Amino acid sequence: MPAAHPPSVSRMGKRAAAIVGLTEWAPKRVWDEPMFTMEACARLAAEVLADAEVDKGEVDGLVINGLRESPLFAPSALAEFLGVRSNFNEVVDLGGATPAGMVWRAAAAIEVGICETVLVFTPSVPAPPQPGANGGPMKMKMGAYMGGEVWGSPQGQFEIPAGLVAATPSFAMAASRYMAAYGVSEETLAKVAVDSRYNAQANPMAVFYGKPITVDDVMSSRYVADPLKLLEIVMPCYGGSAVLVTTAERAARGPHRPVYVSGYGEHLTHKSITYAPDIVDTPIRLAADRAFEMAGVSRDAVDMASMYDCYTITVLLTIEDAGFCAKGQGGRFIDEHSLRYDGDWPLNTHGGQLGMGQAGLGGGMSHITEAVRQVQGRAGERQVPDCNIAYANGTGGMLAEQVALILEGA
Amino acid sequence: MVHFSSDGRPLPTPTPITAPFFDGLRERRLVLQRCPRHGYFFYPRGRCPVCLGDDWEWGELSGQGTVYSFTVDRAGHDPALASRIPFAIALVDLDEGPRLVGNMVDCDVGDITVGMAVEAAYEDVDDTTLLGFRPAG
Repeated sequence: MPAAHPPSVSRMGKRAAAIVGLTEWAPKRVWDEPMFTMEACARLAAEVLADAEVDKGEVDGLVINGLRESPLFAPSALAEFLGVRSNFNEVVDLGGATPAGMVWRAAAAIEVGICETVLVFTPSVPAPPQPGANGGPMKMKMGAYMGGEVWGSPQGQFEIPAGLVAATPSFAMAASRYMAAYGVSEETLAKVAVDSRYNAQANPMAVFYGKPITVDDVMSSRYVADPLKLLEIVMPCYGGSAVLVTTAERAARGPHRPVYVSGYGEHLTHKSITYAPDIVDTPIRLAADRAFEMAGVSRDAVDMASMYDCYTITVLLTIEDAGFCAKGQGGRFIDEHSLRYDGDWPLNTHGGQLGMGQAGLGGGMSHITEAVRQVQGRAGERQVPDCNIAYANGTGGMLAEQVALILEGA
Repeated sequence: MVHFSSDGRPLPTPTPITAPFFDGLRERRLVLQRCPRHGYFFYPRGRCPVCLGDDWEWGELSGQGTVYSFTVDRAGHDPALASRIPFAIALVDLDEGPRLVGNMVDCDVGDITVGMAVEAAYEDVDDTTLLGFRPAG
């Protein structure tokens, strides 16, 4: 006898796990309230459960990127700390695609019936200073090697000695190759940053709230890695966020419109950009194709897009490779559409990470929280009218890890 | 793994598997592994990344290739290399197939273009030889 599917697997043939709550802290360049990661998760949990009007006792799944205070056994340490009896415990390691990867893993776990209600955490705050260390506010700074310096690492032997470190030079090489192949102008790429910054003016949580920019501003900002300029690059920040994913049945009893995770896809091929099969035809393509096919949704049906935007070039490549226009037409697409919340093709209505700041993994989560807000109709001044279907994605590493989500209102 | 030169540059620490590549550079030779079915591959590893076969042999390449893409680091993304900016990092498609990364040398960073023909260049730093590329010819 075939096993009975739990009722949550589908709603009329559609995927039926839903995001029902969110919380997000305003990104800050300097963070004056250091917290242990576990404490940050506890605060985020209290906030997201309150937002969703769900009792902590209903939580039976935890998804994290890791815990500073427990490098090993991280999920059990968090379950213990939060007092959660957990059936689904996941550590996700996909760089900037981690939050999107977390959300679909939570949804899939709920769909197969192994758990019901999953907390998904993306905290990014400094720890309290150790005894004897200097106190004071911490400024966000990324390590250039990101672990690639360990013994046996190919990156440490080939990329790091060549200066191919951090992320900007890798994305700059994608932009350089794209310009040579398809001829997009630097002004067109600049427009992505300008429209994002416009959207950030309607988001008081944005680090660049109150600071609009023009194409001239972008063009006159200094080159950081040719052809990318300072204002095409995200500002690293501290922050944090969490979402709550649960079954369709439970979602229907919540205070907000349920946002179904109705399609998802993931793809990766490389770590260092040196080994990308084609640096201007990214793994986004296969992730997005799978997500749209799973959801049974066409590109035309998307009401707003929430695309990972560590750099302007990332957005151009995502627009193309997620299938919103043909390869090579991304520049024209950007020129012909307004990407503003009140424009004809609303994109990154929260300001994107370019406008809001990149709060560690919370930066990637910001694309999901904003899509959820838009579909739930609680985006305030920047609300996209009649928003029912959102495309959200995450880009990790060097155009490496890719996760695409279709988020659909009930 | 990375170690640092006397003037602070990050240098590769070869492993038993990658050592022949770095030994070759010291002799001004570009040697890579060649799978009998799938040709040359980079970086060195115990098995071919296409078929996972281990019947590869080391072979010497021409060092000729074309720039697949490049960037000019003007910010010093690695603080250890900040004194060298601006410097160019290139991805180079070798004529024999594999794509490698290295710095462009012996040219103005403003003269580099995608698709330009380049050849291997060798730079000695302490006891290590780094692979770079210069305009061909």
